[in-house]
Amino acid sequence: MAAHSATPTDRPALAPDASAAGWQGIAGDWASDKDAFKQVPWGKAMMWIFLLSDTFIFTCFLTGYMAVRMTTTEPWPNASEVFALTIAGNHIPLILIAIMTFVLISSSGTMAMAVNYAYRRNRRMTAALMLATAFCGAAFVGMQAFEWSKLIAEGVRPWGNPMGAAQFGASFFMITGFHGLHVSIGVLYLCIVAGKVLRGDYERSGNYQNVEIAGLYWHFVDLVWVFIFAFFYLW
Amino acid sequence: MAYAEQVETEELHQPKSFLTRYIWSQDHKVIAIQYALTAIFVGLIALVLSGLMRLQLGFPGSIGFMDAGAYYQAMTMHGMIMVIYLLTALFLGGFGNYLIPLMVGARDMVFPYVNMLSYWFYLLSVLILLASFFAPGGPTGAGWTLYPPQAITQGTPGTEWGIVLMLVSLAVFIVAATMGGLNYVTTVLQARTHGMTLMRMPLSVWGIFMASILALLAFPALFVSAVMMLFDKLLGTSFFMPAIISLGQSLEHQGGSPILFQHLFWFFGHPEVYIVALPAFGLVSDLISTHARKNIFGYRMMVWAIVAIGVLSFVVWAHHMYVSGMNPYFGFIFATTTLIIAVPTALKVYNWVLTLWQGDIHLTVPMLFALAFILTFLVGGLTGLFLGNVIVDIPLSDTYFVVAHFHMVMGVAPILVVFGAIYHWYPKITGRMMNERLGKLHFWITFLGTYAIYFPMHYLGFLGMPRRYYAYEDYAFIPQSAQDLNAFITVAALTVGVAQLLFLFNLFWSAFNGKAAGGNPWQATSLEWQTPQTPPVHGNWGAKLPVVHRWAYDYSVPGIEQDFVPQTVSAEELEQMRRRGAKTAPTGERP
Repeated sequence: MAAHSATPTDRPALAPDASAAGWQGIAGDWASDKDAFKQVPWGKAMMWIFLLSDTFIFTCFLTGYMAVRMTTTEPWPNASEVFALTIAGNHIPLILIAIMTFVLISSSGTMAMAVNYAYRRNRRMTAALMLATAFCGAAFVGMQAFEWSKLIAEGVRPWGNPMGAAQFGASFFMITGFHGLHVSIGVLYLCIVAGKVLRGDYERSGNYQNVEIAGLYWHFVDLVWVFIFAFFYLW
Repeated sequence: MAYAEQVETEELHQPKSFLTRYIWSQDHKVIAIQYALTAIFVGLIALVLSGLMRLQLGFPGSIGFMDAGAYYQAMTMHGMIMVIYLLTALFLGGFGNYLIPLMVGARDMVFPYVNMLSYWFYLLSVLILLASFFAPGGPTGAGWTLYPPQAITQGTPGTEWGIVLMLVSLAVFIVAATMGGLNYVTTVLQARTHGMTLMRMPLSVWGIFMASILALLAFPALFVSAVMMLFDKLLGTSFFMPAIISLGQSLEHQGGSPILFQHLFWFFGHPEVYIVALPAFGLVSDLISTHARKNIFGYRMMVWAIVAIGVLSFVVWAHHMYVSGMNPYFGFIFATTTLIIAVPTALKVYNWVLTLWQGDIHLTVPMLFALAFILTFLVGGLTGLFLGNVIVDIPLSDTYFVVAHFHMVMGVAPILVVFGAIYHWYPKITGRMMNERLGKLHFWITFLGTYAIYFPMHYLGFLGMPRRYYAYEDYAFIPQSAQDLNAFITVAALTVGVAQLLFLFNLFWSAFNGKAAGGNPWQATSLEWQTPQTPPVHGNWGAKLPVVHRWAYDYSVPGIEQDFVPQTVSAEELEQMRRRGAKTAPTGERP
């Protein structure tokens, strides 16, 4: 590597070929100037990095939950019993969570369609689909509020509950609360971006990336829910 | 829209009034100065606290209000402020903000508004932290690691208000650090100028870049542990609290895991060491190269060492927990990873030394601090090898040997780089040089003084003197000579503490009365020294962005009249320089 040598050192313009296919192309992109991710606007790159950081937050929450589930001396409540509802005389385990999950996953679908319409510059459809997504999100939070109030009515508190280990309530309120906060922020975020789409803010620049960036956040919140569902409700 | 040109097409926020120019400023340079001044201010508070602690240790009973509780509060706040609110904020918020856009040739950070919010959240976290001094019961005295159960159990100072304010302040700080870190990382990745490839970036940018990534991935663990401890404290949950009998009464808690907190805390805490160290590594590399007039030895290896250290720093955390009661097999694994991290670290030290070898070393104030850093980091790093081994760590654990180790390696060493870097970049920030005579005086007192403080502590550690005691009288196992050494250390510490006034005076006096510096007083190659104005104006580069043709380390290039080639010099311009050089120095050799 460039030693303290007699011939200095005008380094060749740019290193590997960024247009090559496969790994060479990736290496070429990274090694080239200006931007490491070609065609990726600043906001999108920043959202991806933020989501990576947020992943660590949820991972720590879930890891912490699993650790206290191991250390607690009381038996862990049976989630399918706790989260069961009796509808029309039928006792159905996890029914509410199943509906909530269905609603949230569906909202990812409408979000993806919104991004598609945004790039086609169909403002009305974009905004409608985004608002539909936001509506699903709001419905999710609403059902979560119902779930919380049902559990609170049954005596589940952060510091204890009648079914077993106190850490059950603590982890439940903390993790679903933190995720619900993410969904609520997402609903607001989607409404703001949808408003801007309707108003034509992005028409001037022709740049609808912000819809996709909001979509990234939304898909992430959905994905996190899948893990919470798997590790907290199903386990 | 071609996104590669975003850096040129993005409109720059234009400040309109004094307020938006200097207070609610979105200019990365102003934000950097705000960050730096705030960090130095809280750092001074932490310095005073350490002076108070040393007075108690060296001359027990000499301060009226210093009882065990006050001592623990001073100790906790000293540690927390120095690590988080001074060093992290100064390296990332201060140097990161100032240097990244200038060094990669950007006009500003990618999201200036978020960058501004980052500073104001940081200031808010500082205010919340300082508020705990005035809260009933005072700040928390749980030690900077805030281990539960004692952090939130009766008997520790500040369990009512202090710990809550501390945890809230940390959470706010993490929000600030995240907003800043996202900006730094995205700016480095996506907003570099023409020709500025990743492998042409100065090592300062590499160090700060990697540290920002570590911050984004490590702070979440602290955030989560802060939230969980707040719940334990305020809602009565039992995440970290097992069944405990406190003051004769059994507490409400049951079944929690105190070790879980330690794992979460150190999953943050060890990368935190490198969040502080990696920017220092980067900055000092540039200082050494510039003032030794020689290219950095093994640039590519230096970059990969920074990356490797960053990655490894996430898999060594439990070496802080050898005596915590975790599974002993963990000790073996974490001792191994810990010793592996010594390899890239040693590589960096060798490369700094090899950069100096046969260099044209100018003993300027920044260079003195850089050299002192190498020595200090070496001492602190070597004692780290001792402590990384389980079998050596267990007897030395919680003694002054540990205090000496981490103060050398992540206290003094990075602070020496902070000083060196401030002396180095001050002319760019203010347009004036800092006074060299005062700087040298400040250097020698600080450098020799810190050795007078921390070298004896290694010995005290071997004697078995435990850390975190507020008084050492009447312990049969601690000889009288230890008390004499403690008095000596206190005198040295107070001397070093007072000597920092020289630096402060120099810092403010030189801003108005220093010698005019010109654009490039150190004859350095990197982009920030090539700005059209000094100090750089809003937007940094005037009408056109600079174009980069080479790496940042073309010093002492043979055959040309000046001994450095800025990054902006093209091949043709270099050829012209060489032709001119051939006229003046026919041999083409340096004298």
